Amino acid sequence: MAEMRYREALNEALAEELERDPNVYLMGQDIGVFGGAFKVTAGLMERFGEGRIRDTPISENTIVGIGVGSAMTGLRPVVELMTINFSLLALDQIINHAAHMRYMFGGQVSVPIVVRMPQGAGHQLGPTHSHSFEALYLHVPGLLVAVPSTAADAKGLLKTAIRDDNPVIFIEHESLYSQRGEVPDDPDFTIPFGLAAIRREGTDVTIIGISRMAQTAERAAEQLAAEHGIEAEVIDPRTLRPLDLDAILESVAKTNRCVIVEEGWPHGGVGANLAALIGEQGFDDLDAPVGRVTGVDAPMPYARTLEQIAFPHEQQVIEATLALFGDRRRASRG
Amino acid sequence: MADHRLPENEIALDWLTSMTLIRRFEERAGEQYARGKVGGFLHLAIGEEATIVGAVAALRPTDYMIATYRSHGQALARGSEPGRVMAELFGRVDGLCRGRGGSMHMFDRERRFMGGFGIVGGNLPLAAGFGLTSDYLGSDDATLCQFGDGATNQGTFGESLNLAALWRLPVVFMVTNNQFGMGTSLERHSAQTDLQRKGEGFGVPGMECDGMDVIDTWAVTKEALRIAREERQPVLVEAINYRFRGHSIADPEDYRTEEEVLAWSKRDPLVTFGDRLVAEGVLSDEQRQAIDLEATETVDAAVAFAEASPEPQPSSLYDDVYVLSDQVRGWYSADHRGAELRKGEELS
Ligand SMILES: Cc1ncc(C[n+]2csc(CCOP(=O)(O)OP(=O)(O)O)c2C)c(N)n1
Ligand SMILES: [Mg+2]
Repeated sequence: MAEMRYREALNEALAEELERDPNVYLMGQDIGVFGGAFKVTAGLMERFGEGRIRDTPISENTIVGIGVGSAMTGLRPVVELMTINFSLLALDQIINHAAHMRYMFGGQVSVPIVVRMPQGAGHQLGPTHSHSFEALYLHVPGLLVAVPSTAADAKGLLKTAIRDDNPVIFIEHESLYSQRGEVPDDPDFTIPFGLAAIRREGTDVTIIGISRMAQTAERAAEQLAAEHGIEAEVIDPRTLRPLDLDAILESVAKTNRCVIVEEGWPHGGVGANLAALIGEQGFDDLDAPVGRVTGVDAPMPYARTLEQIAFPHEQQVIEATLALFGDRRRASRG
Repeated sequence: MADHRLPENEIALDWLTSMTLIRRFEERAGEQYARGKVGGFLHLAIGEEATIVGAVAALRPTDYMIATYRSHGQALARGSEPGRVMAELFGRVDGLCRGRGGSMHMFDRERRFMGGFGIVGGNLPLAAGFGLTSDYLGSDDATLCQFGDGATNQGTFGESLNLAALWRLPVVFMVTNNQFGMGTSLERHSAQTDLQRKGEGFGVPGMECDGMDVIDTWAVTKEALRIAREERQPVLVEAINYRFRGHSIADPEDYRTEEEVLAWSKRDPLVTFGDRLVAEGVLSDEQRQAIDLEATETVDAAVAFAEASPEPQPSSLYDDVYVLSDQVRGWYSADHRGAELRKGEELS
């Protein structure tokens, strides 16, 4: 085990995969000479050369499209988009092309591309730079979607993503890049998709946290235990497609209550989808409606005071959890 | 346009045969549509055969070819079995894409026909990607990307040309200027109507060919491919032609006059090329009829093949959404709400 930052774990994953497979190459805006807008790719151009670490113009749709074309013909591109907000310019290539190509052409072709990009609020970047779009990509059959929340997951999932033959949307989080965590040294350390992580065991309620919200959920759970005597089980699905629904349903069967925490918008969100699945497949296990904590249903504001109340913090998670117990006195007893 | 001598007899006959097959295939596809055998959209390439056959003839077998939703002809010219192209139109399991793509989405991996694509402008970045693969792997395969005049107004046009020039990718971008993007004429949709010049600002030189003349199309495309392959310089080729039928099937064609269509039809590429072959003694009238008859028979057989091919099984609905492996063994499809949790296809 080595302690490193989330961004360093990503950098290691990229370097190891570039080393392992000569057909892996990186492409994105300012990833080479500049080392990446968030320095994830720092040092890679020096090590692997301009042919494999390719700085591109600001042409999101075409960058992804070139990646798709090269993936159709034998390469394994890892495309970095500066942030997930800019991936909206590439939705045509991601959805109409990457995601559907194999199906549309009757299985004649595969598209082993990874599109990496960070999301998330908290840096006062306003409505064009702060959103969380995992629900958007979760919506699309043909894509795999990863949302790592720890350094180890970032590394293990990215390596799996690069080795997988499907198009993968790999969603990092801006607020996590500098966080440290223990990461296994083994260069063959990978984490399979579709395997949730139980971050904390508990018997009273299941709290599912998506992307950075897995950490928010974990901190809320500690407070719930300390202040309210509620033992929450915290689950980080780590990938949304495929989804480890078994782990979630098993946990709900044990706790009989569930809260889903995500940073994105409520309508059509990850929580909306999960709540439906749990309702359909785990209804008999539920003692209360599935609770959801989401970003507010508004664009992300710039002003710090507004921004901070526009996405979930521990307090909202605690309140939503207590509400499931329908016991206000318990809440106020603290 | 240069005056070209005819190619060797065998090649000339080959081109005529290929153009004739496309013409008869497209006519028959239109009929089958009218009979309800073909669904969705059907974009026919009648009038554009020389552009297709001339361009494809300039390719090596290992070169990549990519086109638009109007690409039955490209598949045929690259050698796809007519029966499988027709079966794709019919939505049958023996279709090139097992009935998943339909008319707009042909694909034949083996022949490096890398697809018909339904999104206007969507195929240009992919073509640049094929070029990148060739470059990356150090092969001298080139890519030919066909798209319409209307597509030159998409952002991907400028983005892809810029990137291809910047990275010196071996790609020939061929704009098939058939004078219209659906019902909007060239001068009503593009400020620059001399389309071969539209790449200049991106560092992509232009060339022009007579897309109604198979020899000229072949000669210009061949030179463009040489430049792309040897000099690593992408080229924009404008092939000027005309589609004789409507944009898709339902098209009242109010945007053009009968006189205009008549004027262009005098330059019908199939007729003019056939006439020339007869005039220059390469082809007898009987041979010409025989080629036509053979095309008709091939198309008859294609329809019979498509007709006989089974409809896809409902159980195949989820096939090939993903590449399955140990890590993606299947997927939870939220649309199946039985008592049993469905995990999609399990790996066998
Ligand atoms: C992105 C996108 N916008 C609109 C359409 C609808 N559409 C299909 S074909 C077409 C006209 C394209 O004209 P052109 O590029 O000249 O090609 P042509 O059909 O003439 O071969 C349009 C608008 C589409 N398929 N994709
Ligand atoms: Mg056109």
